[in-house]
Amino acid sequence: MGVKSWILPLLLLQILFGKFGIAELDQHTERISGSAGDVLEDDPVGRLKVFVYELPLKYNKKIVGRDPRCLNHMFAAEIFMHRFLLTSPVRTLNPEEADWFYTPVYTTCDLTPNGLPLPFKSPRVMRSAIQFISTNWPYWNRTEGADHFFLVPHDFGACFHYQEEKAIQRGILPLLKKATLVQTFGQENHVCLKEGSIIIPPYAPPQKMQAHMITPDTPRSIFVYFRGLFYDVGNDPEGGYYARGARASLWENFKNNPLFDISTEHPTTYYEDMQRAVFCLCPLGWAPWSPRLVEGVVFGCIPVIIADDIVLPFADAIPWEEIGVFVAEKDVPNLDTILTNIPIDVILRKQRLLANPSMKQAMLFPQPAQPGDAFHQILNGLARKLPHDKSIYLKPGERTLNWTAGPKGDLKPW
Amino acid sequence: MFHSNHGTRRSAAAVRSSTSGGLEGGGVGSPAASSASEGSSFRPSASTFWLLLHGLCCLISLFLGFRFSRLIFVLLFSNTIYTYTTTTTTTITSTRTETLTVSFPLTHTPPIETAVKPNNSAIELSDKMLNQGSSHSQVVVGRHGIRIRPWPHPDPTEVMRAHQIIVRVQQEQRKWYGVKSPRPLIVITPTYARTFQALHLTGLIHCLRNVPYPVTWIVVEAGGVTNETASLLARSRVQFLHIPFHEKMPVEWAERHLTENRMRLLGLRVIRERNMDGIVLFADDSNVHSLDLFDEIQKVQWMGSVSVGILAHSGGPDRTLLTEDEKLNPPIPVQGPACNSSGHLIGWHTFNSIPYSEKSATFVGESATVLPGKMEWSGFVFNARMIWKEAEEGRPEWVKDLDKIGENGEEIESPLALVNDASFVEPLGDCGKKVMLWWMRVEARADSKFPPGWIIDPPLEIVVPSKRTPWQESDDLAGGKLEQDDRRFTRPKSRSSSKRKNTLPGQDN
Repeated sequence: MGVKSWILPLLLLQILFGKFGIAELDQHTERISGSAGDVLEDDPVGRLKVFVYELPLKYNKKIVGRDPRCLNHMFAAEIFMHRFLLTSPVRTLNPEEADWFYTPVYTTCDLTPNGLPLPFKSPRVMRSAIQFISTNWPYWNRTEGADHFFLVPHDFGACFHYQEEKAIQRGILPLLKKATLVQTFGQENHVCLKEGSIIIPPYAPPQKMQAHMITPDTPRSIFVYFRGLFYDVGNDPEGGYYARGARASLWENFKNNPLFDISTEHPTTYYEDMQRAVFCLCPLGWAPWSPRLVEGVVFGCIPVIIADDIVLPFADAIPWEEIGVFVAEKDVPNLDTILTNIPIDVILRKQRLLANPSMKQAMLFPQPAQPGDAFHQILNGLARKLPHDKSIYLKPGERTLNWTAGPKGDLKPW
Repeated sequence: MFHSNHGTRRSAAAVRSSTSGGLEGGGVGSPAASSASEGSSFRPSASTFWLLLHGLCCLISLFLGFRFSRLIFVLLFSNTIYTYTTTTTTTITSTRTETLTVSFPLTHTPPIETAVKPNNSAIELSDKMLNQGSSHSQVVVGRHGIRIRPWPHPDPTEVMRAHQIIVRVQQEQRKWYGVKSPRPLIVITPTYARTFQALHLTGLIHCLRNVPYPVTWIVVEAGGVTNETASLLARSRVQFLHIPFHEKMPVEWAERHLTENRMRLLGLRVIRERNMDGIVLFADDSNVHSLDLFDEIQKVQWMGSVSVGILAHSGGPDRTLLTEDEKLNPPIPVQGPACNSSGHLIGWHTFNSIPYSEKSATFVGESATVLPGKMEWSGFVFNARMIWKEAEEGRPEWVKDLDKIGENGEEIESPLALVNDASFVEPLGDCGKKVMLWWMRVEARADSKFPPGWIIDPPLEIVVPSKRTPWQESDDLAGGKLEQDDRRFTRPKSRSSSKRKNTLPGQDN
């Protein structure tokens, strides 16, 4: 009898402990509560209708057919978005009821032998496509493209150049002045980022990343990890031009630091190493965006973003300040102090947020599309811009677009 | 990757830009002058002036190696210049390139004029933007300095903090992805004071200290509690129970195995009396464990079995030659569960001791192969609730009551005697394929001496000769006791010992 009297409290304690344990363990991922987090899981179906123009194959299929490498490089989002929209429930075949119009033109598929896209023909290709849709359908002229959206995933978006100064000089293609641009480039107060653009992550092959997953109980033993160039010797031998000198500064300050696993090697275990690291550096290169952000989020490595004034993908849906660490370029020499002084609870919280599967899903372009992935986030972004303001519908005779603006080379037909 | 391959097209672009660079240099020089004197481009004398200016600007550009036109604009229109110095270069950055909408051919003069006006308006716009202040981006295009701090080396406090961060992160990882609701461990070790005890126990103590779960260590000592063991345990920083066992450890191996079994049973009875909870593990002090073992045994429900690597070779040269059959299928020195293809326990792998049977050791410390028992206790783990007195909920019927075991004085060879049906034992460690602990028996002779507590106090009475001694007497003696001080122990006594040198033992004086 005496034994039984204390067995009951013992059992009660066990139950209590068990309950706490379960609740705690379930919370190893954290949902970003509030408006931002819930937005990631929104379903765009039913909230908008997209009409896909039927362009001649020379604008899309034939381009890819000529060079199938376009399906694997980091600009492949434009191709996969087209494929997704063709079979998506948001697609409508009746343009009268469409909220948004999509033009499937692949402007980033003219590749060099090394696989890099040349942007020199892109303005002409885009112009030609817009001319086609404006002559065959009345919807472009109705609003001069204000309810149309285009995917321009190249370095500086619709400025169509890889060199920043040239891109700034060109500016955004004048014909796209009113359209909504879906692009990877995002930098505040920059010519090539227009108001109302949707920033997306660069394309990273989901199957390849999935194939390199390791068990999550592998202890994270690397403090800071980075693989990539610090000096672009071919284009900027002096240094200081590439990445605004930030990457060179990283190398010079931390090459001897045991906490920083940084080098220019191309290891085969790149993805696995990222999963064993606490912080992954995402410094700017020639453009501020980089696929490392996507890789860091997918592999649970806290991204350290070193790019002043960068605008990150889906910034209205993902609270990047709570997930990543932002370091100003001028603070790069003190990066070790900054990172080691982050309170441990903050680091653990960031890891919990990163472990959230909806976060990882929002960065990926899986085929076939899955709920919550980047395709759906783009549609969510477009849906949030609805309903269109009445002023976009032009009155008869009202014209603002200048069809002959821009460098003369762009005006040649394609 | 991506950026490194920029080279091919960038070089092409560079070639193009360099040829137009001279033009641009000259072209930009002109607006500055034209703003001062408008409408002068139509006069013929002005054209030669432009030509001269253009030529001058080209030469200056060639000399400096960059488009200095920007510099002119910076000096004329901007009031913000950023300057950084590096160890190698002095660089100057430019302002927003929006102010420099240049690149027009000099051959057509009208375009220069038309280009001037938008140029000016662009400049005015940029000025307005500069004055806006907060919304203006601080990011500029162009060459920047490479910032290097004066002492680019790691700071030790920061390195320590980083390591603490990593430790905490790994702790969290273990919490989320490791074993859910880890159970405490109860480790039973039979031991006795002898020469090799410190060696074995030190290894085991360090192992148990690194186990990430709460450990209660039950040390059963043969011959009662001794200071030797007690002092080792006191320093161990592991929570322990030191239990005396009334018998002394016998010298024969067969007897020793039986005594150890009885000691383990005593440990089990202690668990039963105190109703200790957790997973019971038998860790012999001479075994070596891998930390994976402790993670793996958390999976046990009631009774589990792991594979034990048997290292029976004591290094002696008396190993029999392998037979042909043995060469083709070498014997696996493992004792543990054997499973069928679907992962169910079908039997036991035992150590083939036939090759050693003739030359096995009978006495502890004999220089022959020590053989393990049929089923080593260390290969079995079970849930402590299995041996509790009260019938625990869910306790299986195939478990025998502990009190009934050994009450008839029978010897218990292996833990399988604790159960009625051995088929319920769970095979752990990937069905026994993973070996996470090793059995080894290295012992000195029973009469071997060692300094108590391994502290040499008082100084040695028995002195050991150093090899290169200056004293001649060492040649006269062949193996007897030498009374020459080791240099390390030179003390004031040395004078007396030097006296003693003259009176050698064995020599009557």
